[in-house]
Amino acid sequence: MSEPSISPVVLEMRGVRVTALRDPSLVVLEDVNWTVQAGEFWVVAGVQHAGKSDLLLHAAGLLTPTEGNCRLFGCDTREFDETQIRERLRVGFTFADGKLFNQFTLAENVALPLRYHRHHTEAETARAVAGLLELLELTPHANLTPGNVAAVWRQRAALARALALQPELLLLDNPNGGLTARHRRWLVDFLDQLWRGHEFFGGRPITLVATTDDLYPWQQPHRKFAALHDGTFSEIGTWGGAEFNRHQAVSELLTGAEGA
Amino acid sequence: MRGNLAKAVELANLQRFRHAPLPRSYTDYIGRQIFLVLLTIQGVAAFALITLGVILKKFGQAHGLMHPRIRQEINRAGTSLLPMFMFVALALGFLVIGQTVAALAKVGATSYLGSTMVIVVVRELGPLLTAMLVLARVGTANVIELGTARALGEVEALEALGIDPVHYLIMPRVLGMALGVFALTIYLIIGALASGCLCAFLANVPLTPSDYFRQIAEALNWLDFALLALKTMAFGFFIAIVTCYHGLAQPLRLEDVSRVAVRAVTQGIIACLLIDAVFIVLYLLT
Repeated sequence: MSEPSISPVVLEMRGVRVTALRDPSLVVLEDVNWTVQAGEFWVVAGVQHAGKSDLLLHAAGLLTPTEGNCRLFGCDTREFDETQIRERLRVGFTFADGKLFNQFTLAENVALPLRYHRHHTEAETARAVAGLLELLELTPHANLTPGNVAAVWRQRAALARALALQPELLLLDNPNGGLTARHRRWLVDFLDQLWRGHEFFGGRPITLVATTDDLYPWQQPHRKFAALHDGTFSEIGTWGGAEFNRHQAVSELLTGAEGA
Repeated sequence: MRGNLAKAVELANLQRFRHAPLPRSYTDYIGRQIFLVLLTIQGVAAFALITLGVILKKFGQAHGLMHPRIRQEINRAGTSLLPMFMFVALALGFLVIGQTVAALAKVGATSYLGSTMVIVVVRELGPLLTAMLVLARVGTANVIELGTARALGEVEALEALGIDPVHYLIMPRVLGMALGVFALTIYLIIGALASGCLCAFLANVPLTPSDYFRQIAEALNWLDFALLALKTMAFGFFIAIVTCYHGLAQPLRLEDVSRVAVRAVTQGIIACLLIDAVFIVLYLLT
């Protein structure tokens, strides 16, 4: 299958200072300059506490940069409000631990964005949710609450919830964290299908950005890599490229993974 | 959407004052406490205004999801508490009203019965007791639920889905509690007056039920109904605002939730007493 053609900029960060979610006075990354174009698949690598989650929260417009500009689909995230809700809904986001709503079942979690944003009938919503659950092999767990399923199914339910509104840009915070090798493989393959254009979403390719502290599952040439190291963000090209191999964070992550 | 909560968080950022080193003198300490009280009032007031704005602007938005949530909250802060309130009304009637009626009859002051009942039960005891019970039963649950949701990152998850947390989490609770407190107060007053009448009858007080209710009806005027509705809704609104503010409008860790719940209940009681004082002034002026 041919690679999707490169098109407009979906995410642009210029001189962004990334601060921590829990302590806005703590600067985790300085001067982030990054452009993500439609149809790209980015993997942002960094050790734990390097600022991956905070970077992604800024990228999604969930945190506002104290310095610099972050634009999503051309909209400054500083001005993200009700009027830009359409742009906001073009972005899907999954948290590292899923952050599902514990009082709801997995099916209700997936249905929530549809019931809030779409004027569908209950039957239409139920059909859409059933389709997503089947796609992510969650049907047997549909009526269980997050506390009663394994982390892998919670992670998949979070992905299903993020996909419910059919986003154009999907941001995934450490999607491989805590998964077994089999589930990691399944997830990476599934994300590749999304990036190429899954038939469930009408064959429309989705731009993807994933963070990771384990580079091995992502070793394919179609992905672009960036690394977080010592409070800086650097684009490091593709897997095995000169810049990729030279980067300190990459050698730390690969050595760490081998050691583990 | 994100702005609503961010504004509230900005205003609620009292942690740095609370965790600052101990002041060197009592005057410094008192000054800091006063400053904290003022900041809390500012935060709660801003949160109340933001919530009102969201209710006015977004009441009809996502109605398929939100209106059942509002009904659920009305049930939680109203209908489901009805059995407990019937018991409290019965107890109140027997313990307070029955005795008051008997005492008034003993000194031959039954002509004051109507106005005494209206002042004690309709204007003061009914609304205040209802507010305290709803605060204890539902307000505490609000802080714990929202505080836990906040600590577990569910609020960020809502924002990531483009859902306004004030609209989704606060609006149903505020409307549910305002209507719940109003309805429960009416039931409590009716139940207490009826059981008081029964108690007086059982105690052989020389007062017929028709005289008893006629006197109460004559002592009531339209202002009592209007102010009762306003007062009980204000109680419900502010209990919900104070408890939701403490649960949601500040970054929390799980270990903070119990401490915040205690603070919210204390401030809820203070808010109710202050509102009550305002209404006493209104009653005296009219």
